[in-house]
Amino acid sequence: MADNERVPTVIADDAHIIYKIVGAIGTNQASPLSAFKRLLTKTNSANVREVHAVKGVSFVAYKGEAIGLIGSNGSGKSTLLRAVAGLLPVQRGAIYAAGQPSLLGVNAALMNDLSGERNVELGCLAMGMSPGEVKERTKAIIDFSGINERGDFASLPMRTYSSGMAARLRFSIAAAKQHDVLLIDEALATGDAKFRRRSEARVRELRAQAGTVFLVSHSEQSIRDTCERAIWLESGLIRADGPTADVLKEYESYMKK
Amino acid sequence: MPETAVADTATGVPLKELAARHGLASSGRLLGPVEYARQLWGYRHFITAHAKAKTVSTLGTTNLGTLWQVLTPAINALVYYIIFGVIIGTGANTTNFVPYLCIGVFVFGFTQATVSQGVNSITGNLGLIRALHFPRASLPLSAALVEIRNFITAMGVLLIIVLITGEPVNLQWLLILPAMVLQAMFNMGMAMGGARLGSKMRDIKQLIPFIMRFWMYASAVLYPVTRFTDHLHGWKLHLVEANPMLVFVELYRHSLMENVTLAGSPRLLWTEAVIWAVVVCGAGFLYFWRGEKGYGRG
Repeated sequence: MADNERVPTVIADDAHIIYKIVGAIGTNQASPLSAFKRLLTKTNSANVREVHAVKGVSFVAYKGEAIGLIGSNGSGKSTLLRAVAGLLPVQRGAIYAAGQPSLLGVNAALMNDLSGERNVELGCLAMGMSPGEVKERTKAIIDFSGINERGDFASLPMRTYSSGMAARLRFSIAAAKQHDVLLIDEALATGDAKFRRRSEARVRELRAQAGTVFLVSHSEQSIRDTCERAIWLESGLIRADGPTADVLKEYESYMKK
Repeated sequence: MPETAVADTATGVPLKELAARHGLASSGRLLGPVEYARQLWGYRHFITAHAKAKTVSTLGTTNLGTLWQVLTPAINALVYYIIFGVIIGTGANTTNFVPYLCIGVFVFGFTQATVSQGVNSITGNLGLIRALHFPRASLPLSAALVEIRNFITAMGVLLIIVLITGEPVNLQWLLILPAMVLQAMFNMGMAMGGARLGSKMRDIKQLIPFIMRFWMYASAVLYPVTRFTDHLHGWKLHLVEANPMLVFVELYRHSLMENVTLAGSPRLLWTEAVIWAVVVCGAGFLYFWRGEKGYGRG
């Protein structure tokens, strides 16, 4: 592939991400007296802890690529996606992206007291659609999510949904829009086999419409099925970056150790 | 690790230049304030839908549902009427104290509720912030909008109270409309400012009830404003009378009641209200906008 044919959509240039966690109070600081002592002795940093989640990551993602992010739990995959989406600021380095990447995660909170239908409306508006577009798409989104397959669930509050149903609805909302860069965090792992097939088809469709897709998943199968390139992240550093088959082979042998 | 470095750009162009050549923008770039305001305007439908959703989800679990929007202010007024109008009789020297008191309570309650909702609007919606991309100012504005809607209903209740207690209807009543617009602007500024403050300093949330109560006592809500003019002089009096909440409360009293002693001439009050509304709304917006990119950090 010649370099001038490939258009980069996401570039990470030595990106460092540091999380600040407020309220990480240990057991010895739970009483008012110790809180007061902490204030007097100026050791208030005990309440705020920093986590260096991503330590200098560089990569270039191109148009039409689907990239799988793999790595053990807590290796910084989700954090990296959030930073690409611009939801978390980078501490050092930079991340450049074409257009506005959008993140689609399993724990993306919608409003649980509202019906599925209303959540679709709210989610679409939050992605910047016009009310007319939202009206047009609502039915298609609910049909795609398949939550109405067992009765009229779309008009029930989301807190009554099973976790699989909620995840399906979230995926359907985010996938309704044409994104330049779509970031998917474990969403395909939930839902049943039927929905997984449908969502994988949708991911391929989005890619064909010349977007870039990032997929974080612990299911090697879904990475193998949807991505041709994989990045292996371990403790905030890239261990390998290349064709999915090669990277997965390396990853597997590492995990078996 | 060698494979982490620029594995894909065989040409060896620095990544920064590559990004610039293809027009990629740095994620987390802050827009200018005007551009940001325009983007926010584009999200107006989201703001109204979010406000509506918020009302539905807070009242949806109750049996009476949206009827509470009317009941809450009515009960509120009843409580103050019983204590101050019937039992204590604070307003012995003021003609028609009950509407006087109710106007103060309702108008102050409008700002009070907006501030306490605004302070929570970032910390309470972190899930939404970390999941979706939208101008964050939508959240405090939606909180302000919820309260604007509640206040409009409360205003209906208030007008009935004012009518029952024998105040005549006249054209001057229309003045509550500009007063509401000005107070709504003021509240939006307070909500945006409070939202950023609340996300930076979590402890402020614990202090808000005390701050608001202090502010209420300084705004002549529960007793006639003449108490200030009788007991304070010089700069202290000026300071108390410049209080924006006092100004707003007095404006509504001026609009709805006859024979009421105001803190200043109506012209002065209106000027002060306009200045407060514009300054607080603008300052709140700019302060919130400066922090736009950090809200997801939590």
